[in-house]
Amino acid sequence: MTIPVFEPWNDPEAKPLIQFQNVTKRFGEFTAIDDLTLGIYEREFFALLGPSGCGKTTMMRMLAGFETPTDGKIYLSGQDIAPVPPNKRLVNMMFQSYALFPHLSIWDNIAFGLKRENKPKHDIEERVQEMLRLTRLEKFARRKPHQISGGQRQRVALARSLAKAPKLLLLDEPLGALDKKLRQDTQFELMDIQEKTGTTFVIVTHDQEEAMTVASRVAVMDNGKLVQVATPDRIYENPNSVYVADFIGDVNIIEGTAKPTGPDQYDITWKEGAEPLNVKSQNSFSDGQTCHLAIRPEKVTISADKPADADNAVQGRVLDIAYLGNISTYHVELPTGAVIKAQTANTRRIARRAFTWEDPVWLSWTATAGVLLAE
Amino acid sequence: MNRLSWFNTVSLTLGFAFLYIPMVILIIFSFNESKLVTVWGGFSAKWYGELLQNESFLQAAWVTLKVAVLSSTLATVLGTMAAYVLVRGGRFLGRTLFSGMIYAPLVMPEVITGLSLLLLFIGIGLDRGVMTIVLAHTTFAMCYVSVVVSSRLITFDRSLEEAALDLGCSQAEAFRLVTLPIIAPAVISGWLLAFTLSLDDLVIASFTAGPSATTLPIKIFSAVRLGVSPEINALSTIMIGIVTVGVVTASLVTKRQMVRQRRDEQNAERS
Amino acid sequence: MMRRFVLIAIPYLWLLALFLVPFAIVFKIALSDAAIARPPYFPQFDWVEGIGAFLAELDFENFVWLTEDDLYWKAYLSSLRIAFISTFLTLLVGYPMAYGMARAPEEWRPTLMMLVILPFWTSFLIRVYAWMGILSNEGLLNQFLIWTGLIDSPLTILNTNTAVYIGIVYTYFPFMILPIYSALERLDGSLIEAAEDLGCSRLQAFWLVTIPLSRAGIIAGCFLVFIPTLGEFVIPSLLGGSDTLMIGKVLWEEFFSNRDWPVASAVAVVLLLLLIVPIVLFQRNQQKQQEAEQ
Repeated sequence: MTIPVFEPWNDPEAKPLIQFQNVTKRFGEFTAIDDLTLGIYEREFFALLGPSGCGKTTMMRMLAGFETPTDGKIYLSGQDIAPVPPNKRLVNMMFQSYALFPHLSIWDNIAFGLKRENKPKHDIEERVQEMLRLTRLEKFARRKPHQISGGQRQRVALARSLAKAPKLLLLDEPLGALDKKLRQDTQFELMDIQEKTGTTFVIVTHDQEEAMTVASRVAVMDNGKLVQVATPDRIYENPNSVYVADFIGDVNIIEGTAKPTGPDQYDITWKEGAEPLNVKSQNSFSDGQTCHLAIRPEKVTISADKPADADNAVQGRVLDIAYLGNISTYHVELPTGAVIKAQTANTRRIARRAFTWEDPVWLSWTATAGVLLAE
Repeated sequence: MNRLSWFNTVSLTLGFAFLYIPMVILIIFSFNESKLVTVWGGFSAKWYGELLQNESFLQAAWVTLKVAVLSSTLATVLGTMAAYVLVRGGRFLGRTLFSGMIYAPLVMPEVITGLSLLLLFIGIGLDRGVMTIVLAHTTFAMCYVSVVVSSRLITFDRSLEEAALDLGCSQAEAFRLVTLPIIAPAVISGWLLAFTLSLDDLVIASFTAGPSATTLPIKIFSAVRLGVSPEINALSTIMIGIVTVGVVTASLVTKRQMVRQRRDEQNAERS
Repeated sequence: MMRRFVLIAIPYLWLLALFLVPFAIVFKIALSDAAIARPPYFPQFDWVEGIGAFLAELDFENFVWLTEDDLYWKAYLSSLRIAFISTFLTLLVGYPMAYGMARAPEEWRPTLMMLVILPFWTSFLIRVYAWMGILSNEGLLNQFLIWTGLIDSPLTILNTNTAVYIGIVYTYFPFMILPIYSALERLDGSLIEAAEDLGCSRLQAFWLVTIPLSRAGIIAGCFLVFIPTLGEFVIPSLLGGSDTLMIGKVLWEEFFSNRDWPVASAVAVVLLLLLIVPIVLFQRNQQKQQEAEQ
């Protein structure tokens, strides 16, 4: 028995729940969203990731109804939502500041949206109870928001926005106000709740680790445009641009010129090395084209002697060592002055460090270790 | 720097002495037996008795109270609307004029405000009385209310209103269920400010009151022009007493709330 | 949309009708002539004769009159002088007090603050009145001074400009304290320590760090005292003498005693022109401060 893989974006039959069609949003002279087209599918946990000012919050606010697109259309289940005011949309939002009503108890905060629908009292009570259970807040129902901790407040905000069972839940930097440890626990809790309720989640974040952890797909944004939309592992291993490679995780970027040597096979001449680098790439390049090789530090091996059968090997000396506990990052300076980072896992507790400052070392990597990018 | 230096102690002592000694003297002499207000003739509360029998003072006090309640309530409604328009209204035609009209009465000398309103009332043939004082007081007090309320609205987290809309409220419901309860303390202090301003006002009331309506400040003013009188001391003492009780209670209540809030927050983080 | 319109329109129309229109009327009457009639000025607006005839009757005669009779000049100048001097005195009294409050232990500050604000809630008239009994010839101050042997015969203080200064300083000094206090309270204590660490004496640190950083508060406080003092009526009429000339008092008398409405209106218009400069300066100061905070 195989579990069907959840990837509706690869299914040509699937209809997206949300469809952005050539959406542009301008504030005066400033273009926040620039001709953007995107589909988000039902039950997805979709992350909008980017630096501040990239337009991710604007996209979310357009979905919630607090902003209207200047151009283009947004469809929810095939319906244009432009004329629908925020209070009539089947979309709820969890605010960055949580926006819990300070004058209402936790219970009343969660019931707030339900009461607006004029549901029978009994139904409201049942639903609030269910939400309190889901977020493990039963004990705190009677308290006011200032009487509970930051993590609990975050869960109240989540419960309140889920109470109306929206088709789509928007989360604006939902974990931004929590400290690191709590944030990690909460990430898994969020995923768990998303799976239980089956709601489509769209999360806005500037924290790439958070996006990678929780999301089924990540959209990397910059200057109002989508740079890449893909699953976390593809974003990490197959970035489509230097921008994405650099934004997500740590990376070495080597600039050079390509020379095809066989099918998907290239020699890269670069100014640092006497010998050209040997690279395999799915992306095709013409002879003499400028290219960038992006290699993650953990894919670079560090050794004292020149490895015998490595595709690529360069010599340098250790400039800096960052010991992070689980891993160590070595900054190795090549004779020309360029620095390449290499990472090793610290798998043994008691071991002498193999290399120290100023040691001459060899760095090596395979032909498929890096991604060759045009820009 | 937990203790005061001698310099600060001296300046605070002198400062507060300067602020409070005149009022303390006023209060002490309201219990003076002698008619001569500057010579102590033994303790007596007789001036309070005489004050309570003075029909015209009681009449004036009643008018003043009526005016103050009416005008401060009206001013609170109008001032809150104006504050909301200023902070949330976005752009509209004549916005600069509007905000100018909100701020100008705050710096306008009372003699000018009073004179101009009187000329208006005469111009349109409105009989002067309680009604004209209420109109006048409402106009300048609403500006104070709107300043108090708008300074609260500016710091108000807008996402609270957006959250209410997001959860299905209409604009009006969001205001009634979320904004108003949260800014209520500012609205109440706006009302209190308007109320005190109205109780206190001599100049504008003098211009806009007709012969039919005399307020307490007008009455006091015409009495003290002739010199100091123990009856006025007694009246002043009562007014100071009421205000002191009010202000001290209010500040104790806020202090208690703050202490409780802080304690709650500390407990919350520990739980 | 309709709701928004109503929300804007109600306070807007109220202020137009009861603030701006009255003001226009003052301006118009300032250009009219006094007449023995009810109301006592000419011309009255008459729909039959039309606006042209009406405008033709208006002139600047009253303003010319203000420049000719030196009572008005003196009153304006004396108002300015009294406002300047009393603002300066208020600053002198208020600054040390605000400083003391800002340096007081944190748990005292709300109480001190309340003590400063409390008089503000009590009647202005009563606070001025309180000084009448103290400053008069037989008053407590003179009794006290004679008792200590500093003077032999009572000083005349009540009904002089001195009494007016005392009254203004007394009633307005909370306005001076509050902005200075809030500037000083925000002042980071480590700045003073840094100045001392870099070789300043206590006094130099105060002069070079504390004063410049509380400047915005000082300016705001001065304007908050200066502006209302300029048009003050109650204090000069209760504490001042017959020779205390202040424009608010002149206006009052012109209106209530002389019943010369056009001249009273002209006095009001000039007073307002006088106020525009400090008000604009004050606005600018506030704006600068707000920008600096952002």
